[in-house]
Amino acid sequence: MKILVALKRVADPDNANKVKVSPEKIDTTGLEWKINPFDEYALEAALRLTEDGKKPKKREGEVVVMTLGPKEVETTLRSALATGADRAIRIDCTDDELDGRLVANALKTVIAEEKPDYVIFGKQAVDGDNNGVGQMVAELLDWPMATFAATIQEEDGSLLVSREVDGGMCTLRVKTPAVVTVDLRIVAPESVYSKLTDKAHKYSDGVRFAALPAIMKAKKKPIDVKALADTAGGVTIGSNYANFEAPAARAAGVKVEDVAALVDKLANEAKAI
Amino acid sequence: MADVLVVAELADGQIRKTTLSAITMAKAAAAVLGGGFDILVIGGPGAKAAAAGATAFGAGKVLVAEDAGLTDYVAERYAPTVADVGKGYGLICATASSYGKDLIPRVAGRLEAAFAGDCAGVSDAGGKIAYKRPMFAGNAFGTCTLNTAIQTATARQSEFEPAAESGGASPISDVTATAPSGAAERVEFVSLEQVKSERPELGEASTVVSGGRALKEEFFKVLEPLVDVLGSALGASRAACDAGYAPGDYQVGQTGKIVAPDLYFAIGISGAIQHVAGMKSSKTIVAINKDPDAPIFQIADYGLVADLFQAVPELVEALKAKKAAG
Ligand SMILES: Cc1cc2nc3c(=O)[nH]c(=O)nc-3n(C[C@H](O)[C@H](O)[C@H](O)COP(=O)(O)OP(=O)(O)OC[C@H]3O[C@@H](n4cnc5c(N)ncnc54)[C@H](O)[C@@H]3O)c2cc1C
Ligand SMILES: Nc1ncnc2c1ncn2[C@@H]1O[C@H](COP(=O)(O)O)[C@@H](O)[C@H]1O
Repeated sequence: MKILVALKRVADPDNANKVKVSPEKIDTTGLEWKINPFDEYALEAALRLTEDGKKPKKREGEVVVMTLGPKEVETTLRSALATGADRAIRIDCTDDELDGRLVANALKTVIAEEKPDYVIFGKQAVDGDNNGVGQMVAELLDWPMATFAATIQEEDGSLLVSREVDGGMCTLRVKTPAVVTVDLRIVAPESVYSKLTDKAHKYSDGVRFAALPAIMKAKKKPIDVKALADTAGGVTIGSNYANFEAPAARAAGVKVEDVAALVDKLANEAKAI
Repeated sequence: MADVLVVAELADGQIRKTTLSAITMAKAAAAVLGGGFDILVIGGPGAKAAAAGATAFGAGKVLVAEDAGLTDYVAERYAPTVADVGKGYGLICATASSYGKDLIPRVAGRLEAAFAGDCAGVSDAGGKIAYKRPMFAGNAFGTCTLNTAIQTATARQSEFEPAAESGGASPISDVTATAPSGAAERVEFVSLEQVKSERPELGEASTVVSGGRALKEEFFKVLEPLVDVLGSALGASRAACDAGYAPGDYQVGQTGKIVAPDLYFAIGISGAIQHVAGMKSSKTIVAINKDPDAPIFQIADYGLVADLFQAVPELVEALKAKKAAG
């Protein structure tokens, strides 16, 4: 089985409140680059789908990571390779040349060339918070999709995917080739099973970390670089940002002594109850 | 001049309230474009009956695509029809519910249209629609214009007041569903498991109580009495959902539900940036946490440093007493 994973590097999401906002731009200087957390989860899901869950683990199939970004993104790609991806593809561009539609079109070209069984995306990139690329790619390819996946179970030639939707869970079966976008709970211990993995197997919670030898080995794994113009199929950026602003600050609150004081404040000051 | 198309969301044979936020967005966008707006009601048998609930909002017309093949929602079967109906419009929009988030970008792909997700506002940029979007977990807003002839967008429910009925009766007309393409043959709807609750929905409630990891297995036992006395919706942090104390769709935050009620209680929640992203537009925020340095206190209007297992039952009693006293 061959799986492609789309990943984006983003400015450290746990410190997103440290971005400096001016009308011209959102300045992330000083924040560390990280793999978009949802894409880390997508990679973990892909790795789980291409192994047997036994000890020692046997890999079955190939995981290829792909990204659009400048040369520096290769650091991020190397860490994905160290975690277990087999090779990487980078479409060379600067971050401000991109929007969702362009990313989707460029990735579509790579996917059409690579002919994977499945492509896994994060459900959203947590810098732009747009939540759209996976769905667009699926439509561009005329492939079925299962978005916001919380669990994936591999079957013969298909994936049984439970998705987090308003009010509950929706389960779909998508036949290969298909697109999946993953939600947070995809990295729970019992969320993803390849056909070969025993249902009694429990993964450790969260994503796996790269071992030192793997980090060394990853340096030798191939990264294929493509030009944006060769993949974008004539599509150019379609969203123009003209103005950025910081959210309104909240006025400082107070600590209350006890429950009685809280109820009093809510009733008489905030008039909220 | 172009018009705007709202894609309605159906549930239990009715227009879901989420749709009303998209209508508000559509009205604002239509004003920019100098046009009007229409509503597309799409679904299986019963869609036409549901469409009656969409006629009093001032739409030019209410279009109905009712087809047995559209009974259980899957994007692959809906997108072709939405795209075909939407072709003549300047903007196709829906609310950023799990339905809108799934469907609208797929429609965008089909029409090669640019997409602006989870918008917090629309305004006029010299005759073009300017979309204001939260980014970086709500720590910044960016305003963009799109340069494709057909545009697509979703509306953040908490940022667009639900449209009120304005009287009048938009005419209803039928449209034929477009035959789905190859993708639809390779997706099978297996099930939709929904927990029906008497409580208000998170996106619609005027009061929300959310619990965090601290509640453990007693999540419902401790919070339900509070929710009952307040008549509020119940939410949770990611940690509480991940641990299985609360269902996944209770999650409030950057990547869960975005809420902005009049009153929000964060109980045993530390106040991580991703959680705060989903509730900081609430009018009044109350935090109960035993750690006086928990970040949640930085944004809470009223903070109570206390053990929640004691404070919450006390609060329930105090609220009951207040109610009884009138
Ligand atoms: C990609 C990504 C997306 C995310 N999206 C979201 C999201 O949408 N929503 C979200 O909520 N999180 C999200 N998170 C997770 C977020 O970073 C935090 O991990 C999470 O919000 C923590 O939940 P918590 O506050 O319940 O748990 P903790 O951080 O463990 O906090 C528990 C709190 O309870 C307090 N406490 C403990 N015992 C008691 C007691 N007896 N009485 C009173 N207080 C007590 C503690 O002092 C502590 O402050 C996301 C993370 C990532 C990486
Ligand atoms: N520049 C990029 N390079 C590779 N993948 C991307 C890029 N941008 C977005 N994606 C993928 O698309 C998903 C959704 O992104 P978005 O629609 O921007 O929120 C992400 O989680 C990634 O899997």
